[in-house]
Amino acid sequence: MTTKEIDYAQLGLKVGLEVHQQLDTSTKLFCHCKPELFKEEPEITFLRRLRPTQSELGQIDPAAYFEFQKGVKILYEADSQSSCLVEMDEEPPHPLSMEAVEIALTAALMMNANPVDEIHVMRKTVIDGSNTTGFQRTCVIALNGIIKVGEKTVPIQHISLEEDAARKTGEDGTTIRYRIDRLGIPLIEVATAPVMNSPREAGEVALAIGRILRATGRVKRGLGTIRQDLNISIKGGALTEIKGVQELELIPLVIEYEVQRQLNLIKISEELAKAGIRPENLKEEFFDVTEVFQQTNCKILRKSIEKGHQILAVKLPGFAGFLKRELMPGVRLGTEMADRAHFWGRVGGIFHTDELPAYGITQQEVEALKKAVGCVPTDAVVFVADVMENARDALKAVLERAREALRGVPEETRAANPDGTTRYMRPRPGAARMYPETDIPPIQLTEEHIDKIRKRLPELPEQKLRRLMLEYNLNQKLAQQLLDSEHAELFETILKESRVSPTTVAAFLTETLKALKRQGIPVERLSEGRLREIFKALANGEITKEAISEVAAWLSKNENKTVKEALECLSLKVMPKEELEKLVDQIISQNKNLIEKNEAKAFGSIMGMVMREVRGRANADLVSEIIRRKLADAQKA
Amino acid sequence: MNREESLAGYKGLALKILKDMDAEIGDLIRIVKGGQAYEGILIPRSEYGDDKHIVIKLRSGYNIGVRLTPDTKVEKIGRGEKPAFVAPPMPEQKQALPKVSIISTGGTIASRVDYRTGAVRPALSAGDLYSVVPELADIARIDAQILFSLYSENITPVHWAEMAKTVAEKIAEGVEGVVIAHGTDTMGYSAAALSFALQNLPVPVIFVGSQRSADRPSSDAATNLTGAVLAAARAPFAEVAVAMHETTSDTSIVLHRGTRVRKCHTSRRDAFKSINAQPLARVEENRITMLAEDYPKRDPTRKLVVKSDFCDKVALVKFYPGIDPAVIDWYVDKGYKAVVLEGTGLGHVAKSLFEPIKKAVDKGVLVAMASQCIWGRVNMNVYDTGRDLLALGVIPLEDMLAETATVKLMWIFAQTSSMEEAKQLLKTNIAGEFSTRSLYTVEENKP
Repeated sequence: MTTKEIDYAQLGLKVGLEVHQQLDTSTKLFCHCKPELFKEEPEITFLRRLRPTQSELGQIDPAAYFEFQKGVKILYEADSQSSCLVEMDEEPPHPLSMEAVEIALTAALMMNANPVDEIHVMRKTVIDGSNTTGFQRTCVIALNGIIKVGEKTVPIQHISLEEDAARKTGEDGTTIRYRIDRLGIPLIEVATAPVMNSPREAGEVALAIGRILRATGRVKRGLGTIRQDLNISIKGGALTEIKGVQELELIPLVIEYEVQRQLNLIKISEELAKAGIRPENLKEEFFDVTEVFQQTNCKILRKSIEKGHQILAVKLPGFAGFLKRELMPGVRLGTEMADRAHFWGRVGGIFHTDELPAYGITQQEVEALKKAVGCVPTDAVVFVADVMENARDALKAVLERAREALRGVPEETRAANPDGTTRYMRPRPGAARMYPETDIPPIQLTEEHIDKIRKRLPELPEQKLRRLMLEYNLNQKLAQQLLDSEHAELFETILKESRVSPTTVAAFLTETLKALKRQGIPVERLSEGRLREIFKALANGEITKEAISEVAAWLSKNENKTVKEALECLSLKVMPKEELEKLVDQIISQNKNLIEKNEAKAFGSIMGMVMREVRGRANADLVSEIIRRKLADAQKA
Repeated sequence: MNREESLAGYKGLALKILKDMDAEIGDLIRIVKGGQAYEGILIPRSEYGDDKHIVIKLRSGYNIGVRLTPDTKVEKIGRGEKPAFVAPPMPEQKQALPKVSIISTGGTIASRVDYRTGAVRPALSAGDLYSVVPELADIARIDAQILFSLYSENITPVHWAEMAKTVAEKIAEGVEGVVIAHGTDTMGYSAAALSFALQNLPVPVIFVGSQRSADRPSSDAATNLTGAVLAAARAPFAEVAVAMHETTSDTSIVLHRGTRVRKCHTSRRDAFKSINAQPLARVEENRITMLAEDYPKRDPTRKLVVKSDFCDKVALVKFYPGIDPAVIDWYVDKGYKAVVLEGTGLGHVAKSLFEPIKKAVDKGVLVAMASQCIWGRVNMNVYDTGRDLLALGVIPLEDMLAETATVKLMWIFAQTSSMEEAKQLLKTNIAGEFSTRSLYTVEENKP
């Protein structure tokens, strides 16, 4: 089934979005650290455990409690540039950054949302180690917004402000490593109602939200600064929460894959039902099959046996052939079982009979295995090699996933992979567990404050697009590129102070800079001031349009030099007209034969030769005009 | 619950509106204003908040405050579920394990946040304890008692006496050790107080606190408590000690001698440090390692002597440049028995204080000198000022903490009214409160 044939509306597809974007503030949300990351070896490390606490109803999140019982420890890495005692959970939070609140309010008003009268900071329990406190601080800034995307009206449920989490840097057995530099960077979260009915539509809405956020001019850019969570469900399926889609462009694909996955799971459940497989057929009966693999050539199993591990197997009656069924590219039902086994049993992986013989396991061994657990040909066997406790937990998780396969699609939280597929992350948490952050008093937003922000709201992206096209005569593609780049404001500044062609400036700020960056030139070192200087020189005729790219490249590599110095060093000073005329005369006289042979083609060849000679020191229009005139004169003569 | 309590924190206008519609905390309410409707559960308001906002919890779990304006309509649309906290079943007491008594006096370690209201309430019943730290059941048989629910800044010498008597009762019942849960701010003072009040201890008495409340997943309460209970149950020493984090990591708990410990940081987990002394012991991975060499051994047959009275006419005066000498006179006039000076450097105060100090000594007030440097020993023979103060009758306190010296003098003047006897007791090392040698290695304990 190709994606084009899918009628998403008929499938009852519903998608909700949560867009998270880092804000470009001078400090973090709850302390005065710089919101920056570090690449070096950590200067400080410390080890902690997070203990699941009871909710107000005396319940403990089972997944969290399980992790705790497994003895999961967290090794935090820090340096003193990017974190202080607040990120280490060794000092109470400082007051909420009002700079971040104002940016969030700006975005909220641009989405027609209603700011709350009083902000209450909350703690949202997150116990995987990504927050040193065991909760994420978050607060609603505004409610009930609306944005128009094409013809569609999309309700925005809330706009909140929250602290970004620490980033995972590794995992070693039961010790998980996190770096806390990112912890506390302000994030704005925009949550839509689940009203998108197709992958394309969800992509467009995400893009529109991203553009509004960028229009505030106060958000971070680059990979990792924006992350989307998606809520996806179809009729007969289940609500899947997908976390951490890093690129807007990936959203439609993630949704297509998830729909495909849910449809395949529904189909599998129907087929299993038809085959008469019932939950009670899936028995928690584990077989120690270590003996079967005593002589095995499979390296993984051999190593495990040498370590004294057990090989434990479970029978899945009627599942033969289903474990290798692909749900989405590269993800089979067997993969989902392996993900669960890894999460609950901390085992490296599982083996199952749908993929055997392979990995050095022979047909004879498979037969012996099937015999040992008492299989008929329609049954599948799953086995793992680990210490008994882990192996049991892993197979229990496999059985649970098999039971869910009978029902269809399980509700779960999945994590996005860079290729658009997803992997199991954890069961969906119950009702959001939020309780008040008692260390931060509520913050009142006055009407005067809101009005002040309302009065200086930036233009909405569509308005700005239209204005750029009208005012500067840019085509839509270039105007859109400019808007999506970080230079729209600079573009207008340049045109205000220099009489140059808007298209030239726009093309430079988008395509040329991108091309230079692709060549590995550090264009990010070009300051706004330097870029403005280049166009001033262009307006004054000190530099030609053709030389801009070369000058910009040189200035990127020579940060403290001026445009004048660039021109000197590159010998790109504009040629006086007389000198240019002399050069043209010279080239024409050197190529008399060529011109006589083919008058029609001569212009192009001469033009090429002259331009090679002047190398950006003269404007192409001027060169062309001189050559035409001289050639015409020569003909007359 | 009366009506006021059922609308905790609300006052003035907001209280009136809520009362008029017969709302209670936890009810579902709808607020309409300016064309916007907000629905959520009524949440208590901080008592420092104004009377112009109503706080509700939205379906998403977020709380917001909605301002009351003349066009705001508030209505109750449903009774809220009143979530009741159900403690999990108590784990089975393992008869083979040692018996440990936990006495709770309040503070962060003995409190939990009421999720519904955000209020902090005391919670250190045995049930609460096991629900927060189930692994305690594998260390000891716990008997828990709530003695006070006090922030430790509100603890006074009267409370020290109560604590000492309660510990004595528990020891008489035959427990293998006692744990006292305490707010961290003045835990050092209380530990010193009980070190003097409980003499000839047969088993350990361990103070424990936490710098992060137990309702937080990152709390240090559980690890500190586990370490404290383990020490109470199994440590080889019989002293008063404080059990807290050794570093910012959750890997080790360190036990400080009660007379030598001081809170040296406002917020860090490892705020407590042994001053001018090696810590007593360390608990790591459920194992106790002794760090001090000289300590009274655990001996259940030993007979406890309780001297739990304290005299509150003892003052601690921190010297600072420009201090008004009349401060000393005031204490003398008020009938104080002793003044501990927290002097500069090796034990100095300005010449301007000499006169009132002389008057105090003449009137029979004991004046002693500790140093505000915190680390190091006073020595009043090096400079003229020191020698002059000695000549005036000021008693140097060696390397004793100023706080411990104050507590010790409070205890001394409840034992005797004789100045000579008091001076003798002050110079006697009763609970390891000072030492004669200053070791370079203790410097490692500095934060």
